[in-house]
Amino acid sequence: MTARFRLSGRAVRPDAPASRFLVTPVTDTDTSLMDKAAAKAVRATPAPLAFRVRGLSDRSIAWLFITPTIALLLAINIFPLIWAVYLSFTNFRANRPNAEINGVGLTNYQRVLNDPDIWQAMQTTAHFVFWTILLQMLIGFALAYLIDRKFRGHAFWTTVILIPMMLSPAVVGNFWRFLYQPQIGLFNYIYSFFTGVPPSSFEMLGSVALSPWAIIIVDTWMWTPYVMLICLAGLRSIPDYIYEAAEVDRASAWRQFWSITVPMALPFIMLAVLFRAIENFKMFDMVVLLTGGGPGSTTEVASITLKREAFESWRTGRASAFAIILFVAVFGLANIYVKALNKVKQR
Amino acid sequence: MRKITKALLGATTALTISAALPSVSQAAELTLCWAAWDPANALVELSKDFTAQTGTEMKFEFVPWPNFADRILNELNSGGKLCDLLIGDSQWLGGSAENGYYVKLNDFFDKEGIKMSDFAEAAVNAYATWPKGTPNYWALPAMGDANAWFYRKDWFAKPEIQAEFKKATGRDLTVPATWAELIETAKFFNGKEIDGKKVYGAAIFTERASEGITMGITQALYANGFKYEMTPGKYDMDGAVNSPDAVKGLEEYKELYKCCTPPGYTDAYMGETLDAFKSGQAAMAMNWFAFFPGLYKDENVGGDKIGFFVNPKGTTAASTLGGQGISVVANTDNMDGALAYIKWFAQPDVQKKWWSLGGYAVHNAVLTDPSFKDSQPFAADFLVAMNQVQDFWQEPSYAILLQAMQKRMHDYVVADKGTAKEALDGLVSDWTEVFKDDGKL
Repeated sequence: MTARFRLSGRAVRPDAPASRFLVTPVTDTDTSLMDKAAAKAVRATPAPLAFRVRGLSDRSIAWLFITPTIALLLAINIFPLIWAVYLSFTNFRANRPNAEINGVGLTNYQRVLNDPDIWQAMQTTAHFVFWTILLQMLIGFALAYLIDRKFRGHAFWTTVILIPMMLSPAVVGNFWRFLYQPQIGLFNYIYSFFTGVPPSSFEMLGSVALSPWAIIIVDTWMWTPYVMLICLAGLRSIPDYIYEAAEVDRASAWRQFWSITVPMALPFIMLAVLFRAIENFKMFDMVVLLTGGGPGSTTEVASITLKREAFESWRTGRASAFAIILFVAVFGLANIYVKALNKVKQR
Repeated sequence: MRKITKALLGATTALTISAALPSVSQAAELTLCWAAWDPANALVELSKDFTAQTGTEMKFEFVPWPNFADRILNELNSGGKLCDLLIGDSQWLGGSAENGYYVKLNDFFDKEGIKMSDFAEAAVNAYATWPKGTPNYWALPAMGDANAWFYRKDWFAKPEIQAEFKKATGRDLTVPATWAELIETAKFFNGKEIDGKKVYGAAIFTERASEGITMGITQALYANGFKYEMTPGKYDMDGAVNSPDAVKGLEEYKELYKCCTPPGYTDAYMGETLDAFKSGQAAMAMNWFAFFPGLYKDENVGGDKIGFFVNPKGTTAASTLGGQGISVVANTDNMDGALAYIKWFAQPDVQKKWWSLGGYAVHNAVLTDPSFKDSQPFAADFLVAMNQVQDFWQEPSYAILLQAMQKRMHDYVVADKGTAKEALDGLVSDWTEVFKDDGKL
């Protein structure tokens, strides 16, 4: 059934139809749709083009196709990265175009690593990443487990659960800012309804103790559906016959969960952790909209510190050093994690 | 063949004309960049006269205050051509002058007979000169402004409230003349029920991202004798920035924030302060004079219900400077048009109209007019404030200096981190590092 074609190699007239000299069916049993489409594409290729391409090897054609992508990658990613590394060893400031650029050695790195405010921002980031991932994984997996039961209306509820994920972080930030408003915010009123605490007696975004949790709640609300989707894919990839075999062996539901469900869904869960960790490590927009890093510097995550250093204080050299440190940290951790993920997948 | 030649000629002519058109339209058009606020609307009205006289069409790029510095400084740093004219903050003068972003206007002023002595001295020093106070002009004073206060005059006038206040404090309820009175009055009103609604003492600046909390706190600091240096021009900040008077001023501001601001007031600047007052939540509030014409016209809280007062004294009388000068952006493609606008704007008649429309002219023709003080209910206070204004650093590194202060102050006042002395000591340390990097220490 497989249709194969070969190029004829005969000399041709420029006005001759491509199909007459380019393609000779090896078999006449090309009945599948794919085969027909392929044959049609070959016939439609203009003769001069077919001639030119014929002189190139597969490798050359491959290079021809990926060169624009590589050029773009170099221009947009690699060059700025190398440039940032260079800037991190200088006193360059983007708002001082006339100032002389001098090398300062490792001074920028020393200052960044010795700056207590930057370590505070890193701790804030770690707190945010840890708790959001933990909560999102627990709730996301639980939701996926429930949805996987395929109860009546599960498709509808899946769609409803996915709504927060579909919203823009800008919308979510502003939306929750209103919800958290101590005088008119719904969140405070609901809390007040259940606890009896006056709604305007506490400030989710203005309190040093509560503001980190206010952001964690919003991020969890928005991104748990994403984790749920990945976990659901993991759960649905487990073949039914494994559970059937476990049933035959009289394995309990609890045993099935820990011996089949969790191990087989683990690569998906780990992938979700990786995606969310990378995303939340560079979290910026939502935090800016909710608290702007405040009160004080309570919720100032690393990306906000970096933005302030680079585009408000305009200490470009120092900001570059901080960015490189962050990049190395994330890249290193992600690599270690991916190796662990591969080991889990190979089991 | 002739047909082809004609077609080619036609096409060439069309191409030439179309290529030339953008420059023709550019020459008859100017873009002025400023913050998006009440005076900007007045400037749009005023500029219609310039268009009528010169035929130059005016375009405006108004950016909301919280993003104003970010947006415009990015534009300048990237060599953008968005703005021909810029009404930029006074603190930008140093950097914009040294980086060549603004055109130096001395020769132009001399040629056109524009005299800086025609403008209020404090305004010239703050909005036009770099180095500060020297006769090197990078802008024309455009909009005088200072941080001041307004209050619910109708509440202050209620006999029962006056009696209650007298009983509680032993003095008459009047407009606060000192910071101690300000705090006392704010505490009195805070939590009180007036017209069936719970009200709060004062709405003040606490914003973290741009400049808000610094502009609020300096009201208390300047009034308590805060200085940036022990010896002007020496950058010797230890003992000045963290002096006992400065510590007292900072503690007073925090006290006012803790006792008397509305709930959720942790990140508030101009808009939030106006909202708190207009919604009838605050007995007193601080804001820039620029908003006062709009507040006075407000249907709910304006007119007879509102009163104004300059920043109360501490150990001295002082106000935080606002306001801006208008500069020609060096990168403009329409230098002649931009300079023509400056020349037109500097005319006494235009300055008078600018004031009448709601802009704060600082031309002597306006300020020394005998009718000026009575022209608006806040005009007399404006004159007082402009004679006692103090400004933040105008150094090229002002952005780093400002960010450091924003962080230290917000950490102390809003997030309760450390003491006032520690916050100011930390600020001295941050600023010292900046000036060392700049080679000034």
